[in-house]
Amino acid sequence: MTQPHSYSVEAKRKFLEQMLTIRRAEEQVIHFATDHEDLIRGHFHVYIGQEASGVGACAALGPDDYVFTTHRNHGHVIARGGELGPVLAEIIGRTTGYNKGRGGTFHVIAPHLGILQTSGVVGGCVPLAAGAAFSIKKRGTRQVSLVFFGDGVLEEGAFYEAVNLASLWKLPVVFVCENNDVARERRKGGASPSDSLAARQLTDISNAFSVPSVTADGADMLAMAAAMGDAVSKVRGGAGPVFVESRITRWPGNAGTFPALLGGDYRLDWALAPSSGPKELQDWLQHSDPVALFVRTLVANGAMSKADVEAMDARIRKAVAEAASFALASPAPKAECALEHIFAA
Amino acid sequence: MTEMTFAQALALGLTECLDADPRVTLINSSYGGLTSYRTTFNVLREKYADRITDTPISELGYCGIAVGAAMTGLRPIVALSTAAFSFEAWPQIVNEAAVACYGSAGQVTAPVVFHMLAGIRGAGAVQHSHAPQAMFCNAPGLQVVAPGSPADARGLMRTVALRSNNPTIFIDHQRLQGIKGEVDETAPPIPLGVAEVKRQGTDATIVAVSIMVPRALEAAQILAQQGISAEVVDPRTLVPLDKTTILKSVAKTGRAVVCDESQLTCGVAAELAAIIAEEGFHTLKAPIRRVGIPNVPIPYHQAEEEFITPTADKIVAAVKAVCGR
Amino acid sequence: MTQMRYVDGLRRAIELEMERDQRVIVLGEDVGVGGPFGITVGLLERFGERRVINTPISEDSIMGLATGAALAGKRPIIEIMFVDFITLAMSQLVNHTAKLRFMSGGQLSVPLVIRVQQGAGGGWGAHHSQSLEAWFHHVPGLKVVAPSNAADALGLLRAAIRDDDPVLFIEHRGLHFRRDEVSDPDAIPALGTAKILRGGKDLTIITYSKAVWDALAAADELAARDLSAEVIDLRSLSPLDMDTVLGSVRRTSRALIVHEAVRQGGLGAEIAAHIQETAFDWLDAPMHRVGAPFAPVPASPVLEQAFVPDTRTIVAAVEQMLGLAPASSTEDPLERRRA
Repeated sequence: MTQPHSYSVEAKRKFLEQMLTIRRAEEQVIHFATDHEDLIRGHFHVYIGQEASGVGACAALGPDDYVFTTHRNHGHVIARGGELGPVLAEIIGRTTGYNKGRGGTFHVIAPHLGILQTSGVVGGCVPLAAGAAFSIKKRGTRQVSLVFFGDGVLEEGAFYEAVNLASLWKLPVVFVCENNDVARERRKGGASPSDSLAARQLTDISNAFSVPSVTADGADMLAMAAAMGDAVSKVRGGAGPVFVESRITRWPGNAGTFPALLGGDYRLDWALAPSSGPKELQDWLQHSDPVALFVRTLVANGAMSKADVEAMDARIRKAVAEAASFALASPAPKAECALEHIFAA
Repeated sequence: MTEMTFAQALALGLTECLDADPRVTLINSSYGGLTSYRTTFNVLREKYADRITDTPISELGYCGIAVGAAMTGLRPIVALSTAAFSFEAWPQIVNEAAVACYGSAGQVTAPVVFHMLAGIRGAGAVQHSHAPQAMFCNAPGLQVVAPGSPADARGLMRTVALRSNNPTIFIDHQRLQGIKGEVDETAPPIPLGVAEVKRQGTDATIVAVSIMVPRALEAAQILAQQGISAEVVDPRTLVPLDKTTILKSVAKTGRAVVCDESQLTCGVAAELAAIIAEEGFHTLKAPIRRVGIPNVPIPYHQAEEEFITPTADKIVAAVKAVCGR
Repeated sequence: MTQMRYVDGLRRAIELEMERDQRVIVLGEDVGVGGPFGITVGLLERFGERRVINTPISEDSIMGLATGAALAGKRPIIEIMFVDFITLAMSQLVNHTAKLRFMSGGQLSVPLVIRVQQGAGGGWGAHHSQSLEAWFHHVPGLKVVAPSNAADALGLLRAAIRDDDPVLFIEHRGLHFRRDEVSDPDAIPALGTAKILRGGKDLTIITYSKAVWDALAAADELAARDLSAEVIDLRSLSPLDMDTVLGSVRRTSRALIVHEAVRQGGLGAEIAAHIQETAFDWLDAPMHRVGAPFAPVPASPVLEQAFVPDTRTIVAAVEQMLGLAPASSTEDPLERRRA
């Protein structure tokens, strides 16, 4: 299903820039939790190790398209064009956040970017995204509704109902399942058994509902961009829904209950020479880190030099630091704001 | 002014909504339930077949779709049919629709209406006779309306489907379908949070919701013959609630009976009674009585079902009790 | 006399009952590794895979499966990670679990315990912080229990597991690590019994779960102002021990109901309605209810703190009830909405 694609140097630079922005922003979120008392009080989820998936998907979308996602939304919001300041501010509950602090990390909603809901209930967003697609179809526009969700969503009934309805009614929705615990040998396709799903592989389920489905390597930036580009254009053409399974090998820092920066902040040296990285990360750096894999490809092909990459990263780190300061200096909401916006006027 | 049935009035309201705004779209059209009045709604399909989407049996899926569509420019009205089926869709109603506006700090709204037939329909038994209105009233972000007359059915549907930008639960009842009443076709849509005194009186206030409205009016007739003048207040909308009209009436009469066809424990009548007890305490001459369903599921057999149904005669008994008679 | 943490009480209850009765099994998401709050740690190792079962993220099916297992001879304990997710299982719970005894004319029994973890205070936002007991209080056929301390966590969970009807067992996350004296670790109190934690004569505060501790702190503050508040811990929300409540109200003549859940349509409504039905002539003043405002739970720390009723809110409500001048001069516009 995937056509051969070629991407300009400029396009590739842009991909890397977005991936690094997400990576550094998520590191900052972890620092918010570990370096400050009570700044992030509850649970939070980071997108480290999954960047290629979100960047590839958002690159295929147009400005009027809708995006729905889950509690693991920060990377999606940034890939979609979310600015670092309001994103980080929302994550720590300040008034300058996209939702004025009331959503927090699980719910960074940015309607001006078409991001209308990020659900904290597993499966919550899938019917909503199908609903936006229903609306698109009724209104007769050429918009697309794209929903990101994890493999856990296929354990919930809401998924089956929404996919069935989307398929029956030929709704313009792109289902992007980020299956983020796949062994590295299985990322390119084939069976992917799990002990919580009886299907041989996730796409067996979407195929059973007659939804065209594809599996893509979630660590391969250009493969993701191609798969997502094809999916979005097919859906926009009116063929009905498409299901993309993005197979990702989990970043070791996401193995525990809370994310942990194993070995500290990411170093570009590790990307270029994985053996220089922390022991726990070496296999991941070598085989599964989308940033490392892409950096090595770009440098090897001469699309970017090591110095280019380092300069880009330095700019991004500065921007993230500024956004973090902005967020930390932003005011907390006034208590009585808790009673606002319960109902629309 | 035309006399029409509740079903006819609701069908009229729905037609007016479809006429007025191309964004209004119907998900299913089972408004009349199993009653013979369901054919009253055929008029919708005759005129607007392309605006009705019939769905498979996937309440969670299609309610979620309705919420997503409401967030993106449409104004869906979902006919869930039996209110018990709303439990299948609970997460989409309570965890998604209800919090869309709040969670986005007002940037996203979900103007979706969930219509459902609640309560004791006769032989619905345990799983088809639910009255979930109290639970919806407890979920912040949902509006809850419960018309008890044809004019109110039409007027409220026009408001929630056309003017309101919030998700609304529209509580209907199979036993209301055939109730007749006057409908003024020129009347404007009914605002939310405005109760109506359906019958003036001086000795006791009966606050009645949904199907209890015609029963309360029947009770008031019976009481009048026994020399007790009962005032019937119909809140019409439970969220938002017009407390002022209720409290004003209780201040006048000093005695209150609150009626809702749902289980008494933590039901709508409990909240209404608590409000009156808190804010109208000094005007009360006697404790407030609640008329509702005892804390049991609904049995199948007619004799048992009637035993637990809050009918007009039970309202009469409650009013006499608060009047010390 | 032992000291115990609330989470340890919960774990101990499950262990003891699993030892005692082979039919008791545990199901839930991640229960095999202890669950998100560690309550089921060690159970899998001790009792094995046949009795401690990890499930996929499928609340509706877990509820249905456990109900079916209960009908067919097991005594399941299921864990719903956050009570907000019980919405996914509403149909099974309300349409089946709660009703099977009634529907079958008493032939069937569903000895199922549904442990839920609820409450605000962690900045988790609207989908992970709700308090939903009012819905379940309104569903006939379901018992509801909400312990406020470690001793009750232990004793009441054992009682719930031994009960032949479905019990919704509410564990407030904010109580997990509190330590309490457990004078009798073998005690198994009856469900449906409240406890007067503090005697008083000027008013009765009726409360449950985490709010109990705010109420006791408020009673301390009021005592310093010569006001004596009786504090009742309901412990069981269905059935409610209204005898204890009414007995107290007849002595003090004033009632204040406090809960973290949304005030509108909350348990306080039922309690207030019931009190005035039965004890109207004893009331010297209107009752008040303290609860959260009618809003979803916000994520931001400042907003969340403002949202949840606390000691200050309770004291302010008492001041309002008794027509006293406020002790503190700061005006909190939210207090009006909470009480």
